Amino acid sequence: MTSYLLRRLGYALLILVGVNLVTFFLFFTVNTPDDMARLNIGGKRVTQEQIDKWKAERGYDKPLYWNDKAQGTDKLTQTIVWERSVSLMALEFGRSDARNAVDIGHEIKVRMGVSLTLAVPVFILQLIVSTVFALLLVFFRHTRIDFWGVVLCVLMLSISALFYIIVGQYLFARVLRLVPISGYAPGLDAVKFLVLPVLLSLLSRLGSEARLYRVMLLEEVGKDYVRTARAKGIAEHWVLMRHVLRNALIPIITSAGAYLPYVFLGSLVFESFFGIPGLGTFVIEAISGQDFAIVRSMVFLGAVLYIASYVLIDLAYTWVDPRVRLES
Amino acid sequence: MGFKLVFLWTDIALYVLALALAGYVWHVRRQPTLQANWKKVMHDPAALSAGVVLLLFAGVAALDSVHFRRALAPAAPGGQVYYDTRTISLLDLALARQVEMREPTYSAPLATHGFSKESVNVGGQTVREFPRLAFGGAHLRDPQREWAGDVARRAALGALGGAAVFALVLLVTAMVLRRSHGSTRQALRDIAADRTTYPLRAMAATLGVVCLLGGAVVSLMGHYHVFGTDRTGNDVLLLALKSVRTAFVIGGLSTLATLPLAVVLGILAGYFKGWVDEVIQYFYTLLSSVPNVLLIAACVLMVQVFLDKNPEMFETGAERSDLKILLLCIVLGVTGWATLCRLVRGETLKLRELEYVQAATAFGVGHARIMARHILPNVMHLVLITTVLSFSELILYEAVLTYVGVGVDPGTSSFGSMINLARSEMSREPAVWWQFAAAFVFMVALVLSANLFADGVRDAFDPRSRSFRPRLGRGRPHAAG
Repeated sequence: MTSYLLRRLGYALLILVGVNLVTFFLFFTVNTPDDMARLNIGGKRVTQEQIDKWKAERGYDKPLYWNDKAQGTDKLTQTIVWERSVSLMALEFGRSDARNAVDIGHEIKVRMGVSLTLAVPVFILQLIVSTVFALLLVFFRHTRIDFWGVVLCVLMLSISALFYIIVGQYLFARVLRLVPISGYAPGLDAVKFLVLPVLLSLLSRLGSEARLYRVMLLEEVGKDYVRTARAKGIAEHWVLMRHVLRNALIPIITSAGAYLPYVFLGSLVFESFFGIPGLGTFVIEAISGQDFAIVRSMVFLGAVLYIASYVLIDLAYTWVDPRVRLES
Repeated sequence: MGFKLVFLWTDIALYVLALALAGYVWHVRRQPTLQANWKKVMHDPAALSAGVVLLLFAGVAALDSVHFRRALAPAAPGGQVYYDTRTISLLDLALARQVEMREPTYSAPLATHGFSKESVNVGGQTVREFPRLAFGGAHLRDPQREWAGDVARRAALGALGGAAVFALVLLVTAMVLRRSHGSTRQALRDIAADRTTYPLRAMAATLGVVCLLGGAVVSLMGHYHVFGTDRTGNDVLLLALKSVRTAFVIGGLSTLATLPLAVVLGILAGYFKGWVDEVIQYFYTLLSSVPNVLLIAACVLMVQVFLDKNPEMFETGAERSDLKILLLCIVLGVTGWATLCRLVRGETLKLRELEYVQAATAFGVGHARIMARHILPNVMHLVLITTVLSFSELILYEAVLTYVGVGVDPGTSSFGSMINLARSEMSREPAVWWQFAAAFVFMVALVLSANLFADGVRDAFDPRSRSFRPRLGRGRPHAAG
């Protein structure tokens, strides 16, 4: 078990190094630091002195990959790729490229909490609501309820999340005035700001998730042990709850896990629509401000979160399915 | 009047895509198993009806993909001919009246008056009132009295025309079926009772609805703005129709861009195993561990800087925004191959252990040949299923990306930019809802039909998924299973 986990973590580390290097190549082969400086200082007439000053302030005045002027190992370490990437691996994000040069690490710490207050309830409720809906469809399989339920799912998953958001905001916040349109407050006050985004986020993904889980549950329903359970005279709803659900949880958890990075993406849109000052809004602002330091840090952080969630899913696996424990 | 054909990059890519599709159809005709699978798709009423709607949308996209620039009148006879800087398409030509019907500002659907009050000079006095539109309902003398009757008459006439077209199509179909069904009359009866080989009744119903609605809209749109106008007075219906092409480009080309990487790498990884597999797995894990939207944002920022640095590459603005869409598709393709690659790899791992592959190896057939002749055709069903499924996903994705600011150019009409604008319009008092509604109607129609069609394809090519279809009338749930 321990060696299995260690192996997973080693691979995760390798992936993170890769992500780090790939984003660096992406950013700096197309753009030189001079381009970035020009972009950030702004204006048409930018003198070389201004550019040099900007680069010196942010540590972009060294060579990209290989420093000829330095001695020994400094040839490698006195470069932008080394300074910018090694610190990132230690989760030190440095300052942003923009004029106000915010401390990215500090911003992330503050905003991460805010993002989680939205993402965690969404993730948990999503799992519950979609599974329950799918269970209902499976219980009523081969009836009209199942048929029209699936039709509803297909219809719901054909509608862009943006539509749910705009209609929901219009209906609940503007016409019915039940909740504020947007904004955020710390502490318990956050609830009234978060109700609507959580609800709409659930709705927007219910169709695709419920349909997927329905198939996973049906797959289990067809198996022999379920027939045995029925033959023993156990009521259908108990068969579903006790036997089918328990065994279908593994694929369901995996697919929910595959959705974890999309919690990130989903909250990107939801946060900015509802004015929630989390990581999503941070990224969108950075993208529109073309702040590469922030975008790169967030790409890296996203990869860290994704990999962490996968290791967690592996752990959940061993908890749900004893066979996995035996194999390792 | 002369013109110069303009081949935008995405046009060429779409033509190639159409050619490839035609090639595939030709290939299917020679392969009995493939043909049988496609016949299964055609037997699915939902997929067939969705196919009709998709074809209509594809037609709009095709019309919008033939671009040209008009010649300007020469300054002197025999002088050099200059071409208009605006690039227009066949669709623009067909909807020339819609393009010209430009109002000063917002107007509601089918309105005769503007949406907000303006100062109008009436008999020497300035009055605040809703101004008459320049085109919408301009033929009415007394809009208040005549409007309802005029709209109803035009809509009814249009619907009638649509019905006539529909009846004609139905009659021709029945005449074609005459031989197998006995007589034309019998063929019509069989279509109505759903006794035909293919579910023609469902197809006819879809076509009927489309004809009625389309007829009414076509007859109204010459004199009214059926979906109103946007902030700058453009007809929203026109915008929505122009967005269809963008959706097809993003959906089609991005999927196309994932294929080479996903298929080639997937087969290589599954076939050679060992270190090749390790390296390829490493790369797709790496790619899929970065949240997609961030990776795409990063790539699009690069593209943006590249385009800004090389302004001399483009003759017109259209070419520039077009290249941006193409690059976006490539970015979407390059960042999105991981899922399909994983599937192909898994299938290849299974296939390479099969007897006929072993036999080929024993005969000394080369690796490349085995992969091309034995493995590739047998993973194609996965490729097909993934391709049709991701088409609709990408259309939805485009809207989100454009909202985030890494999608298409603001000048390019797309569903994403329509929704983006609609967002601020909806918070006005009173709300301007029609652009949002138009985007909704068109997008849901397109994505829903793409999804239904994709489901049909998946059920036909993946027998396993068919058993999970919801079915009616199989007795009590307890008995089945």
